[in-house]
Amino acid sequence: MAKGVLVDVSKCIGCRSCFAACKQWNQLPPDEEKTKPTWDRPPDMTGNTWTAVKPFITERDGQVQWRFVKEQCRHCLEPACESVCFVHAFVKTEQGPVIYYGYRCVGCRYCMLACPFAVPKYEWERIFPEVKKCRFCFDPDGSFDRLGKGEEPACVSACPTGALKFGEREELLAEARNRIAGSPGRYVDRIYGEREYGGTSWLYISDVPFEQIGFRTDASEKSIPHWTGRITRWTLPIGVGWAAALTALYLYSRSRQTQESEEQEEAWGGE
Amino acid sequence: MLGLSSPTVSWKSLTLAWGEGVEFEFLNQRWRFRLTPYRWVMAAVVIVAALVMLYRLCVGLGPTTNLNDQWPWGWWIAFDVLSGVALAAGGYTTALIVYVLNRRHFKPVARAALITSMLGYIIVVVGLFMEIGRWYNFWRPFLIYPGGWHSILFEVFWCVSCYTVVQVLEFGHIFFEKVRYPWLARLFNRVLPALFIIGVALPTMHQSGLGALYIAMIDRLNPLWWSLLLPVFFWLSSFFVGPAMCVVEGALSGKAYGRSLETPVLGNLVRVSMVAMIVYLALKVVDLSYRGHLADLFSGTTASYLCLLELVGGVLVPLVLYALPRVRTSSRGLLTASGLVVGGVLLNRFNVVFTGMAQALDGWYFPAWTELVVTAGLVCLAVLIYCFIVENFAIFAGHSRRAAEAGRAAATPVSRPASAALIEQPRAAS
Repeated sequence: MAKGVLVDVSKCIGCRSCFAACKQWNQLPPDEEKTKPTWDRPPDMTGNTWTAVKPFITERDGQVQWRFVKEQCRHCLEPACESVCFVHAFVKTEQGPVIYYGYRCVGCRYCMLACPFAVPKYEWERIFPEVKKCRFCFDPDGSFDRLGKGEEPACVSACPTGALKFGEREELLAEARNRIAGSPGRYVDRIYGEREYGGTSWLYISDVPFEQIGFRTDASEKSIPHWTGRITRWTLPIGVGWAAALTALYLYSRSRQTQESEEQEEAWGGE
Repeated sequence: MLGLSSPTVSWKSLTLAWGEGVEFEFLNQRWRFRLTPYRWVMAAVVIVAALVMLYRLCVGLGPTTNLNDQWPWGWWIAFDVLSGVALAAGGYTTALIVYVLNRRHFKPVARAALITSMLGYIIVVVGLFMEIGRWYNFWRPFLIYPGGWHSILFEVFWCVSCYTVVQVLEFGHIFFEKVRYPWLARLFNRVLPALFIIGVALPTMHQSGLGALYIAMIDRLNPLWWSLLLPVFFWLSSFFVGPAMCVVEGALSGKAYGRSLETPVLGNLVRVSMVAMIVYLALKVVDLSYRGHLADLFSGTTASYLCLLELVGGVLVPLVLYALPRVRTSSRGLLTASGLVVGGVLLNRFNVVFTGMAQALDGWYFPAWTELVVTAGLVCLAVLIYCFIVENFAIFAGHSRRAAEAGRAAATPVSRPASAALIEQPRAAS
């Protein structure tokens, strides 16, 4: 049911069509660059740039090779941003995308810190900034919708090399396994996003080791909500239990007092 | 002026609270606040900070702070919120000991602790308001969105908000000694035990909650600090920094008002800290070795040095100092050790926010002058309100010398013996 995108790093030529398509479809203004972006200094994701293509120079069989990695929101199956947001401004939809409701946002920016992929960005230049990130071209009741109409995201439709493939997440996983098994020695035997932080809707396969192209390979397989949930589930029992214990302690310590102190107690307002 | 009708303070409660012969003559007088040169300077800082805050609220965070996409949380979170909440823990620590467990010999320092804690939280709340980008939405978390309560920030938000209100209500019983509305005073005094119990339970929750915020930063916060025990560490450290902060604040106010530190009372109070410090250190070592990061402490990186400094300089050394009766019973020794504890907890919070996250967040951050000015203004504001409160309400057992000079008519009976009696009496009984 849930949609996803399979990114084949070995097929990306770094043309940045996805970047341009994203800007165009979502009507995002260009960032004010202090210097002209180059491959040495590629633009980062910002509030106005929801996808960025990062270059990496790697070595394979003694040959220097360029690899390009498209970054955007991974649309986690159990998103950190949703779990840490105390007004539920981030919502994981049934269709797969994680979308954001700005009107609820308080602007605490906890999502930016909690996201293990450092995706959410802020509109620092605005008086009342919103958190911005890729919404998977899913904009129900809005003018930027593609997914809701059955179309693929703008970036995927713009990709000239087939490095991006849109579809059902389960089917994409099967496809990725086929590709890895189908060309022995070509791919690293790993689908990044299958299990990392509980799994993501965007999946990556690569022909160079993931740690060489900016991926954290020591990532937790458990999702962020799994970790925080191990703490939050104690909140109510500890809070109620501790308050009850304090009440008991108070009553006990008061009852131990002599009659004289008891009078003091009342006069002093129970202190 | 309110409450000028009754000629003398004849309230039974005051006599009982502070002992026979202690009078707070100024409770019958008009509101006083003398602006000394120092206070003019602080008032000026407050005004400048207020203007900066107004500017920040009008133009947004981007132009007024150095926060950025790599460092969305900076100085205000580290100092105004995380450190501020921890250092304002004196209130709940003493409330637990004095009012819930009824260790009455600590009473002479309790009111000052409650007041400074309340002011600390007011600073935190204002600081948080500066910190949020869409401040007109600050009330949203009160709506309890389904899905929102899974956030630890939700818990922290509710507990800090409620606890600040509870502390203001706790202040009621002091406030109505001066502003005479007997029925209101009775009402506030009646609900006081409940307030104290809530007022201990809530901070326990959000002190630990602040640590739990960083549970989400697994793989990103340096393992020297990241642990599932983070909430326990934050709670324990807030608990033991409470009494230490009472010592530091007591020394500061003592300097300002020509009073001596209540060394016997505070020296006993820090013994409670010691227990928490021993548990904290032991847990920290067990936790680090259990997760296999004990050796990282000695790896020679900046993070390892700062972590060592925090544990040795901020916990171990003051713990040893507190353990020496000679140190604990001297004001200077007590102050030195407590200063180390306060510094250690400050360093811990800064380490969690900055040092521990530096590698994962990359980029660059240093607070802008605006961020620092806002903090300075908030601290000055708290000091000024503190001065106003201790000069107009019954906070200290002793009537201060300089307060008397400031126009409080003739000196009231010196309360030293009375407070000493308060200290000794229950101990003899127990």
